[in-house]
Amino acid sequence: MSEQVLSAPTLPRAQSVNIRGATLRAIYIIWKRDLIRYGRDRMRLLASLAQPILFLFVFGSGLSSTLRGTRGGFGGPGSSLQYVQFIFPGIIGMSVLFTSILGAMSIVWDREFGFLKEVLVAPIHRSAVAIGKTLGGATQAMLQGLVILILAPLVGVKLTFVGVVELIPLIFLFAFALSALGVAVAARMRTMQGFQVVMNFLMMPMFFLAGALFPLGGNLPTWLAVLTHLDPASYGIDALRRSVLSASGVPAAILDKLGLSLFGSPLSIWTELAVLIAFGVLMLGLAVYGFRQRD
Amino acid sequence: MSQPVISVHDLVKTYGKVEAVRGIDLEVGAGEIFGFLGPNGAGKSTTISILCTLIRPTSGVAEVAGIDVLKDPSAVRARIGLVFQDPSLDGQLTGRENLDFHAYLYGLPAATRRQRIDDALSIVELTDRAGSTVLTYSGGMRRRLEIARGILHYPQVLFLDEPTLGLDPQTRNKIWDYLHAVRTREHITIFMTTHYMDEAEFCDRIAIIDQGKIVALGTPAELKSKVGGDVVSIATPDMAGAAEQLRTVMHLESTQVDGTLQFEVPDSSSFMPRLFSELTVPITTVSARRPSLDDVFLKLTGRAIREQSNTSLDTMRNMGRIWGGGRR
Repeated sequence: MSEQVLSAPTLPRAQSVNIRGATLRAIYIIWKRDLIRYGRDRMRLLASLAQPILFLFVFGSGLSSTLRGTRGGFGGPGSSLQYVQFIFPGIIGMSVLFTSILGAMSIVWDREFGFLKEVLVAPIHRSAVAIGKTLGGATQAMLQGLVILILAPLVGVKLTFVGVVELIPLIFLFAFALSALGVAVAARMRTMQGFQVVMNFLMMPMFFLAGALFPLGGNLPTWLAVLTHLDPASYGIDALRRSVLSASGVPAAILDKLGLSLFGSPLSIWTELAVLIAFGVLMLGLAVYGFRQRD
Repeated sequence: MSQPVISVHDLVKTYGKVEAVRGIDLEVGAGEIFGFLGPNGAGKSTTISILCTLIRPTSGVAEVAGIDVLKDPSAVRARIGLVFQDPSLDGQLTGRENLDFHAYLYGLPAATRRQRIDDALSIVELTDRAGSTVLTYSGGMRRRLEIARGILHYPQVLFLDEPTLGLDPQTRNKIWDYLHAVRTREHITIFMTTHYMDEAEFCDRIAIIDQGKIVALGTPAELKSKVGGDVVSIATPDMAGAAEQLRTVMHLESTQVDGTLQFEVPDSSSFMPRLFSELTVPITTVSARRPSLDDVFLKLTGRAIREQSNTSLDTMRNMGRIWGGGRR
């Protein structure tokens, strides 16, 4: 049974494996799959606006009126900055944070439902899975963050075209760092039971510590100030706030006073971006390592 | 078999003290459909996982497409197709998108990608449904799509682990039609595991594995000739007495299977009159048939191969089937 079959001439059987080229293609298709799924899930797009709306218009407006009563504006005497405007960049950050981490968690779903096996047995480098999933998660989170900008006019935040264009790489970097963190965690998770743990011990603390809802530059207790500085999301949200609000006409002095500072001097947006890049690259390394170790 | 596509020598896999595979030797030739048959836990999945480079063997040599699975697992993976026991499709992608994903992972050339996907879809007759999400597919359709995906990158060997598990008999037969079509069209070697004895008849050769060892290897006809003659089963209220009389009066060894006594005779039609005249215990029913592979397994191992009650793993698998395409 073999001779004529073995020499079947028309079939282009795999001869040599070009792992590098294969890995790049794999990164692309893993990223593309995430986007196809994202685009197909219309409900998720709608649902993703619900939480920001609650925060901005119920929580934000509620507190705004109280805070206005005590002081001239949220930025201090003489400032016209409203609380709801202050948290607006924070809510973009929240959206990016949640989408990034949840997007990375889809790896655990894939593992549970068997699809991950299809990827892991392919003749590609395992890093493709970590990189592809990080980029896929980051792209989704970036889109989710940008969607929140639709609400800007409703809270009195003015956007300029240039401002929005500048926001795109900023949000993407933020989303990349958080997605890499999510993938690094998800690579080590076997079951969906760990999911609640991630929600309660990673996502929520990161959100609350990031200064999305209160200024990090205030007189925080030392322990809290230390924790907020350890939260990578703090740097992303502060960078978002500087970018969005300064474009909207809030003076840099007020932003410095409200924002993240280290040893008394306010951090520049570039320092914050550098922190995000360093954190993202470190996490991506851990994610790649996680996938090489297991399975 | 001039050049085996799969060759395995003294393969051993132990998990702590548990010996899952205890010294397996086999060779599979190009273009063969080779069945790996045995009850749950016999070592089938472990062996197939070693051949697919998913598990490292404890000792022994395994070569697939002429490549050692330990020395160059990536090269082996590029040359094999896999259909897993558990579903591994993305339910939110369409059939075509699932194949496209695979085509990229395995580096199909861009120029022929679309054509190849069309061909693979047509082999398993899913062309019409290629644009629907896999969520809307039946269990049989999902399996067919997985077969199309398994052959997409022109592998030399297609491995299937229990490809018909959980499918109804009609769908199972259709899957076999597709596998035979794939073999003919793609000149591919097919290596599969199953614990359905009747399915093994579709294979060119089968290996029967029990407790980590191959107990028989050959064509279905060869294996059945090991049983010799016909299989007679009788039901009687006095099992022990009947077995005793068969042994002393007729010199026949019988085995108790599902409340009947089974034994082999060279020719059942001339045996029946003797049975009734020489046995004094009451007999309620008698039947005789040609031997099946179940009988071969029974003869070789002294046990019937049968569906075990669902283990928790099976239950989870079934849930996986139900939820597998579900929203995630």
